[in-house]
Amino acid sequence: MKELAAWALNIANQRGATYADVRVIDDRSRALATKNGRIGNASDSRSQGFNIRVLIDGAWGFASSAELDRSSVEATAARAVDIAKASAKVKQSDVQLAPEKAVTVEWTTPHQIDPFSISIEQNLALLQKVDAELRSVGGVTLAETNMNFRREEQRFFSSEGSDIHQTKYTTGAGYVAYAFAGSEIQKRSYPNSFGGQWQNKGYELIDELKLVENARRIGGEAVALHSAEQCPKGVFDIILESSQLGLQIHESVGHPIELDRVLGMEANFAGTSFLTLEKLRSLKYGSELVNVVADARQEHGPGLGTFAFDDEGVAAQCTPIISNGLFTGYLSSRETASLVGLQRSGGTMRAESWNRLPIIRMTNISILPGEKPLTLEQLIASTDHAILFQTNRSWSIDDKRYNFQFGTEIGWEIKNGKRVRMLKNPSYSGITTEFWNSMDAICSRDQWTLWGTPNCGKGQPMQTMGTGHGASPARFRKVKVGSAYS
Amino acid sequence: MLTLEQAADIFSRIRKYATADEVECLFYGGKSALTRFANNTIHQNVAEENYDVSVRTAFGGRTARATTNKFDEDSLRDVVRASENLARVQEPDPDLLPVPSPEEMSDRNVRPTQSARHFGETAALTPGQRADAVGQIVAIAQKHKLTAAGIFASSDNLEGIFNSRGLSAWHTQTSAEISITMLAPDSSGWQKANFPDVARLDPAHLAQVAAEKAAKSAAPREIAPGKYTVILEPAAVLDTVGFAFYDFGGLAILDQRSFLNNRIGTKLFGENISIWDDVSHSLQSGSPFDGEGVPRQKVQLVANGVVKQLVYSRGSAARMKKSEYASKVGPVETTGHGFPIPNEIGEAPMNIVFEPPKEPKSTEQMIASTERGILVTRLWYIREVDPYEKILTGMTRDGTFMIENGKLVCGLRNFRFNQSLIDMLSNVEAMSTPVRTSAEESFDMVVPAMKVRDFNFTEVTKF
Repeated sequence: MKELAAWALNIANQRGATYADVRVIDDRSRALATKNGRIGNASDSRSQGFNIRVLIDGAWGFASSAELDRSSVEATAARAVDIAKASAKVKQSDVQLAPEKAVTVEWTTPHQIDPFSISIEQNLALLQKVDAELRSVGGVTLAETNMNFRREEQRFFSSEGSDIHQTKYTTGAGYVAYAFAGSEIQKRSYPNSFGGQWQNKGYELIDELKLVENARRIGGEAVALHSAEQCPKGVFDIILESSQLGLQIHESVGHPIELDRVLGMEANFAGTSFLTLEKLRSLKYGSELVNVVADARQEHGPGLGTFAFDDEGVAAQCTPIISNGLFTGYLSSRETASLVGLQRSGGTMRAESWNRLPIIRMTNISILPGEKPLTLEQLIASTDHAILFQTNRSWSIDDKRYNFQFGTEIGWEIKNGKRVRMLKNPSYSGITTEFWNSMDAICSRDQWTLWGTPNCGKGQPMQTMGTGHGASPARFRKVKVGSAYS
Repeated sequence: MLTLEQAADIFSRIRKYATADEVECLFYGGKSALTRFANNTIHQNVAEENYDVSVRTAFGGRTARATTNKFDEDSLRDVVRASENLARVQEPDPDLLPVPSPEEMSDRNVRPTQSARHFGETAALTPGQRADAVGQIVAIAQKHKLTAAGIFASSDNLEGIFNSRGLSAWHTQTSAEISITMLAPDSSGWQKANFPDVARLDPAHLAQVAAEKAAKSAAPREIAPGKYTVILEPAAVLDTVGFAFYDFGGLAILDQRSFLNNRIGTKLFGENISIWDDVSHSLQSGSPFDGEGVPRQKVQLVANGVVKQLVYSRGSAARMKKSEYASKVGPVETTGHGFPIPNEIGEAPMNIVFEPPKEPKSTEQMIASTERGILVTRLWYIREVDPYEKILTGMTRDGTFMIENGKLVCGLRNFRFNQSLIDMLSNVEAMSTPVRTSAEESFDMVVPAMKVRDFNFTEVTKF
């Protein structure tokens, strides 16, 4: 492996590269799913290949191949060089990289049980049990379950001398109950939408999720939504349970802090950002209670954005993003760090696989829990009148990340400190900074969950990436509710 | 490129390792490259080559799939073993059909020839040629004092299928795509095009139109949200209607997750809406067979506002014929729209063609006929709010204009919409001739621009 990479780096160097890196990847995944008692999916996939990224004449080139023999490695390196030279025909300035020390490291996602070591029979039996529980509830018209595992082994070599060997494990599982009746389709998901809960850990996650134990409740709620009142329209105090707050962070904090968006590099597809450079350390992003970090380190937890080194060889870090409400940090790469005068990259470059270029991606963008003990039930008890939003159903935000609208699967009206009724089709909307400045309570550490968002799309060609979002339930004052059905 | 002969050889090697009753192999992959620019600079520039073989094995009602991009003997043995291990342990599905035989397919029309969609000039496009085109786009941006961002991508792809009953099918296709955003201090403009033949792309024209949109929408005004007559350019139409078509599969009805449940045969849209799925249409692209190798048939989905027919994989058609819905969903037959098995979706029409209106109107004519309305270049971040009423939310983007007394008068700050797709297609007052259209939220289609009354904007954003 090291020899192959050395050939590629040598060719790049001989042909004028001022910097080059090589990633060699072996990617294995398994997807299992049931649908109304039948197999919905049963598939394994393995993809192996490598890429080389080169910087020549101040411009980037990137080429990849599945063939790992010497002739392919040499041809691919030469192709990357030709591409970089073509890039140099249209540039305004040369790319500069923030400095980074070379390292030799080996790291594996901490895990107790290799998910691929568990028998397929055991996994399918669990999913079928959940499926049966969901369909045992009268009125459930469609039950879907899923379980997913991934093991990605990567060797990273750079012309600066780094040799980083990382193996990452991801596990995910969840289910959905649908109820169609009259002129409505309602659904409930567990433990979250987007295929449930996803973390970088082993099979132990599956046991922690208590999938079977919650299935009848979820099926029952899907059916009960047909008898629930429509969520009212107006301005209300709202409480977001932690998975919905996680997605709120993803869309209205995580994306706008990406420096490539801020600097216009994603303008054609994902969009730009309202967080222009002069706002750093001057914008009051949220209330004093809002503290958000971008933390890829192992000690943050087993998030989908946890690793030891990013895909350009920069160590995992914790960057304060919002500190007591003040906007304090961006997500950066070696190139963008250099452009804005940072001493070092924040270590957020990741690629979907061996055939994709690393780009800035969210790591674990998490809101820190409140310091005083506060459970969700205590928060509800301290609230006069509000709507509680649970489990995302729809999500949308503009291309600068100001105006958002979210819908959830279920809502609850809270009056005088108690949940008084279930609400169907709840939605809320707002402007990012106005919303975060209205947060007046957040639950404590014991209510905090590190959620996984497995389906974040960005880049051209599109890359799907997993991101982590830790959150505890929080309350926001005077938020617009119900526009989706107006 | 992986050739048909090489794929046939790989399939025969895979069969040697299989103990399953049936084996099916899908081949896909190719060469692709993408030159990406922003801030008038090429900042990302990539190329890849990769081929996958996806092996489905079946043992009497039990089936599974395993995929690899390595074709050496060990990898092929491993991928067969992985597929069989996943299949063997399942409970049998009594509705799983055997893989199709060539005889079963013999009465079906095989529609387009692959030569119509594979162009040597596109396959041979170099990084230098893409950079030259980007240079042309950047020069137009600089002439207008704008900043350009976008892509120029090209690819040479293959798709093939072989099964143990002797069926085989092979398709190759090229693709060339340009997308351009022109940025001004407080406005932007956008254009995108995609064709199998790079000669059909005109980078300078696309850049010029995007630049004009950015210039004309400068200093955008804010107006109150509400119901407006809108003129949706084809990309905006594509991205909204794209949310309907996954519901036009037979399995979606059987699953009771389609907005067409209890609505097939009723007048759901306006009289002027007729929609086909037609892989052979001259402006369409894609392979002429489905995930089981069944030739794709031309299907009329909607006729004068009435939903007439769904599309079916072999398995969904067989299940539908036995179901309580069989007499209520129009003709039930295998149409060649299935996804590779096993899957949870079943099938969907992916070659959508809107029927041309009797009296097509150009976008300019639609503007001229509008007393007060809004021209929408493009929509963004569209998501489904309500699955049965098909309420969609999303934002306008990159060129939203006020129309007064038949003329564009100024740019507007972008809106959020919450709009029922059913209502939208019931309120179409005029349409252009449909064109091949490419955007970001849905697959490419042949769709018109539309003038729609009472389009529901619910909020306005800050730019």
